[in-house]
Amino acid sequence: MQRSDLERHAETRRQFLNGFAHQILVCAGLGCLHNDEIIQALRENIAAQGQEQHILVKRVGCMGLCALGPVVLILPEEISYQRVIPSDASEIIAALGKEPVQRLLLPADLPFFTRQHKNVLTLSGRIDPESIDDYLAEGGYTAVLKAITEMRSADIVRQIQESRLRGRGGAGYPTGLKWSTVARATGENKYVVCNADEGDPGAFMDRSILESTPHAVLEGMIIAAYAVGANNGYIYVRAEYPLAVKRLKLAIRAAEQKNLLGPAICGSAFDLSLQIRLGAGAFVCGEETALIASIEGNRGIPRPRPPYPAEKGLWGHPTLINNVETYANIPLIINRGADWFAALGTDKSKGTKVFALTGKINHTGLIEVPMGTTLREIVFEIGGGIPGGHAFKALQTGGPSGGCIPAEHLDTPVSYESLSELGSIMGSGGMIVIDETTSMVEIVKYFMQFCRDESCGKCIPCRVGTAQIHDLLEKFCQHRATNADLAGLEMLCDLLKNTSLCGLGQSAPNPVLSTLKYFRQEYIDRIVDSAHSPLEDAA
Amino acid sequence: MPAAHLGPQPEDKRWKIIELAMQRHDYRPEALIETLHAAQSAFGYLDPDTLKYISARLKIPPSKVYGVTTFYNHFNTKPRGEHTLVVCTGTACHVKGNDRILNWMQTRYNLAPGETTPDNRLSLVEVRCLGACALAPVIIPDGAITCQTGFAEATKIITEWLGDAA
Repeated sequence: MQRSDLERHAETRRQFLNGFAHQILVCAGLGCLHNDEIIQALRENIAAQGQEQHILVKRVGCMGLCALGPVVLILPEEISYQRVIPSDASEIIAALGKEPVQRLLLPADLPFFTRQHKNVLTLSGRIDPESIDDYLAEGGYTAVLKAITEMRSADIVRQIQESRLRGRGGAGYPTGLKWSTVARATGENKYVVCNADEGDPGAFMDRSILESTPHAVLEGMIIAAYAVGANNGYIYVRAEYPLAVKRLKLAIRAAEQKNLLGPAICGSAFDLSLQIRLGAGAFVCGEETALIASIEGNRGIPRPRPPYPAEKGLWGHPTLINNVETYANIPLIINRGADWFAALGTDKSKGTKVFALTGKINHTGLIEVPMGTTLREIVFEIGGGIPGGHAFKALQTGGPSGGCIPAEHLDTPVSYESLSELGSIMGSGGMIVIDETTSMVEIVKYFMQFCRDESCGKCIPCRVGTAQIHDLLEKFCQHRATNADLAGLEMLCDLLKNTSLCGLGQSAPNPVLSTLKYFRQEYIDRIVDSAHSPLEDAA
Repeated sequence: MPAAHLGPQPEDKRWKIIELAMQRHDYRPEALIETLHAAQSAFGYLDPDTLKYISARLKIPPSKVYGVTTFYNHFNTKPRGEHTLVVCTGTACHVKGNDRILNWMQTRYNLAPGETTPDNRLSLVEVRCLGACALAPVIIPDGAITCQTGFAEATKIITEWLGDAA
């Protein structure tokens, strides 16, 4: 596809959409149940009134506020309705162009909407994820055209480096630096891989991005492949996300048909073939060397690094592995420039970050905020605070590898560094709110059970250590622990952190260590011989 | 499902699906996981004969095929019951009470995750977060995500759905 074809497709679609007096957008993400029935009810109602030429009903991706879903958005009026059910259809249609339906109205000035800053999620909930034309109409794939026809590979890598984008999968490694390593690596075969093995329980950023704007992820991968010189790529996605897989498959096929994937992309000499690989329910496969092993058809077992995948990855070839959200940022940086991206965020953490807010919070859903937004703003303003009149206790970030942040640190601006200083991690962006009714020791035991079950078993510290720590935590939960157990717990955490092979084992103690730091009393309260000192106990 | 025990039957379309999965990858070793996915969706589970067949076709030692199969949670080597109840044990579902639902399944139906009732009526499956955390706690009776408000309603849904016959 040439630039003129792309513009023609986009213009045709825009004209088609502008031909309607009203558009009714219905969230068709996983979190909004019964959206099919809602769409059908709306369409039947419109057909019964012979209004098909004037009103368009469109399935779109996630609008973010999952707690109040299914959400319906009316354009051009920008009116949002909450908790819509199929029988609301006639009332919604009757109100078009008139006073909105008050009982369903979602206030437009809700901080959930006004306090967010959407870059990656701009088109989420606005376009039909299963229509490439919808994406083109919003300027989709212009970044691919620009990169392939106007930029040299080295310029692209430099632009990503200058944007100071860091990996959104968890570790926060500078994306541009990774790209330059793969670009410099020699070898005939290079690969690009998208890590969509979102294994953190309670995190759904990547699922939502894949379900809402799959083409944005493909676009980022195409640009990356062109920049580093790769002609083959894989998207490794969880089998637990069937809707994301379905939409990715459709997106790949549509991009191939429009010559945006496959041989001689956009009439250039650049070829790229992308394939989907289904995960099979192993958390450790989010670790890049384990992910590579899994794509190669093996058990997902990590290996020591170096060599890093950037030098020796899939089948020993240089491989670029980035996370879903990282790729989704790429087209924006190419189109709007590195300075635009670097202007947002903190000194060392640039841009915006998508977070999944869950647990004991009113506005469960998906949000995007600039790095540097405080945790308090996220939980109490955007998130709407804690339901049921309960008190906030802790914010758990980073999943089973992360930590629990107490109320006294809620004014911390969110960044890779600040969360790590608090003993937690950014992780991929899951944020679970814990209220006063939950015991910290219980929740930590839950995370440790998860790590124990998901440990691949290759290295002893992780395989045995997670089981031992779990058993100790069980003793605390049953109020049978001793001072020696507390000392043993701390010793084991230190051992795992320092001697495990991969990130899973190294970070598994984080929930324990952070709660020992901030909620130590909960452990002490569960010790039977707390009157004795650890020294006496040892003697 | 018994067809899987008989080995490849030329007239059985399900074997063709498995064969196609391997063909698509040129029978290279990396086809293994994709083939296991195809076989499990065709037969519902992976029995020893299926694994032996895949091992022979892809020229991968049976020990490795078995190792890969049992490494990943998604693959099951035993047939599922008539009905399957999936319980999400992600963090959001956990803090909202799905551990209580699992305990209740244990007491009421004597079922632990991964097990099937002796009458083959119900299998209980645990899944690590579906990413539908706004609907927590999430249970999925026979593939239909059910949004409920808590423990009491979940157990009511389960008993009604099973006609309480399990």
